[in-house]
Amino acid sequence: MQNNAAAGAGLPARLGRRLVLIVPYVWLILFFALPFLIVVKISLSVQRDGRPPYEPVFELGDGLVALWGGLQKFSTESYAAIFADRIYADAYLSSLWIAALATLCTLAIGYPLALAIARAPRRWRPLLIVLAVAPFWTSFLIRIYAWIVILKDEGLLNHALISAGLIAEPLHIYATQWAVLIGIVYSYLPFMILPLYNALEKQDEALVEAALDLGATPFAAFRQITWPLSVRGVIAGCLLVFIPAVGEYVIPDLLGSSDVLMIGRTLWDEFSTARNWPGAAAVATVLLVVLLAPITAYQRSQLQRKGAGR
Amino acid sequence: MPAPLVQLAGVSKHYGDVRAVDSVTLELEPGEFFALLGPSGCGKTSLMRLVAGFETPDAGRILLDGQDMQGVPPYRRPVNMMFQSYALFPHMSVERNIAFGLAQQGMSKGDIATRVAEMLRLVKLEGYGARRPEQLSGGQKQRVALARALAPRPKLLLLDEPLAALDRKLREETQFELMQVQRDLGITFMLVTHDQDEAMGMAQRIALMRAGQIEQIGDARAIYERPRTLFAAEFIGEINLFEGEAVQIDGARFAIVQGGRRIALAEDDSPVTGSVLIAVRPERMVMSHLHAGSAAEFEGTITEMAWLGDLTIWRVRLDDGRLLRVSRSNADVANAVFTRGDRVFVGFDAHSVRVLPK
Repeated sequence: MQNNAAAGAGLPARLGRRLVLIVPYVWLILFFALPFLIVVKISLSVQRDGRPPYEPVFELGDGLVALWGGLQKFSTESYAAIFADRIYADAYLSSLWIAALATLCTLAIGYPLALAIARAPRRWRPLLIVLAVAPFWTSFLIRIYAWIVILKDEGLLNHALISAGLIAEPLHIYATQWAVLIGIVYSYLPFMILPLYNALEKQDEALVEAALDLGATPFAAFRQITWPLSVRGVIAGCLLVFIPAVGEYVIPDLLGSSDVLMIGRTLWDEFSTARNWPGAAAVATVLLVVLLAPITAYQRSQLQRKGAGR
Repeated sequence: MPAPLVQLAGVSKHYGDVRAVDSVTLELEPGEFFALLGPSGCGKTSLMRLVAGFETPDAGRILLDGQDMQGVPPYRRPVNMMFQSYALFPHMSVERNIAFGLAQQGMSKGDIATRVAEMLRLVKLEGYGARRPEQLSGGQKQRVALARALAPRPKLLLLDEPLAALDRKLREETQFELMQVQRDLGITFMLVTHDQDEAMGMAQRIALMRAGQIEQIGDARAIYERPRTLFAAEFIGEINLFEGEAVQIDGARFAIVQGGRRIALAEDDSPVTGSVLIAVRPERMVMSHLHAGSAAEFEGTITEMAWLGDLTIWRVRLDDGRLLRVSRSNADVANAVFTRGDRVFVGFDAHSVRVLPK
């Protein structure tokens, strides 16, 4: 009886389960895979005057001959340009360098903060987490403009330092890569704190006590217990900061000068000023491939860890 | 008489207004198996954490092997603890867990390997060294926790509810194993538990705690047979209580049980006079169908009975409304004659009572 009932309900139930799984895939295809394919397609196109500023353009109903003709117009010249001109390589390297530095800084600042929140009395933790995320309540642009006011030669920071007698001449931070670094670290700090907090909060506090009890100094206990058990959070936080930081456009545009080379700006210049859509699309595609490397490395390490756990 | 290994003198610890530990004075002999027993919130865990060094006392002194522990951090105390949650390091193998304390001391690799093998043998986990804690059963985790805490050869091992997470069968087995290990190594054990069976089964001496203070210290038998307070009598085992009056007649002490019967009190009984409680353990109660002798003075009806294999427990509702508990070993085949609904006479002999201040 029961078996029959289960079999009767099985088909719709299984269909329902499939549908639930299909929804996110449809989402990913519509809003990630498809746009990305369009970008790749544009990157393989050729610049031209007109609207849109590239060819070939495919229309539905063109027929197979037109399609074949279009396909033959595809070219890799945009990619060739990227590899030919040093400025692209410099922009990529400089972006990776600034993003890496910013990631290290957010980790150095975020880890102690996350640890302090995770070890705070339980009833305070939600409030402290809200405070860590609180800057998000203000517009991102306004916060970056505020940093201009702080970092300018005649800004708040220099004013305070000179009044305190610590320096005689104002520090030139604004419009340098240091200002970009400060802006990125400040803006992305919550993305570092949240996964770290998540990893640290789950740790049994008795583990550190056990380590201390067994003769480990507080530093040794941190190095051997707290840190290794939070590595997943560290990796997640670093990826969450590093990946968007590499492609960051607004912060270098507002806080940096034209000599702070970042790939986001190169992309924007290519797209708007030069009206070179295929070039911009190629820059974006190469960036994605560059960023895919650390993500896949991370996922592989996760899989291996899972495999080892079994 | 050896010098005490642990000395607590007037140790107090407050949390806000709560006196978690209230001027406790206590001494542990070297090689002793000692238990701190009490209900949750009685301060036993706080006291243990004070000894381990995770908390600092507000007043009083803690001496370990004659050394004042004031200001000594937990990682410099010759004390190890077995945590209730076991707190095994999840990212380390069993071997590395056990080796952890030895590695902190800077012991050489070879010596560590020897000691770890020795500890694995001690807790009967040979061959499990390479496993991760998550691959172990509850009982195995408990053994690893024990081995890890014992590996650095502490002078004192603290055990926080060591059997709480184990099922009943495993608990008794583990209990005997812990006692064996303690005897073999000669390390002083301080057990913290709310479970009277755990404390009575393992410890040579028990300190019964209540509201931050020690209510009574003694071996299990002394606390069970001669509780000094109502709390001690009720916390350990079951007890029947009768209102009464303690009096002194011609230099001898008597208790007059409510209802009029007079019983002579033993010398060592607590020297209370006036209004008292006369306490009798269920297994010391006398029960019969006939009104036989002065011991069986109360009349009532059996309302419940529970047959537990080794013993049977009856609840007897007296005609004046009081509820008594009577138990007997099932080695006595006569038990079978008492069933629910029977009219019975119950009472006790004079030597079975304990007089408690009210």
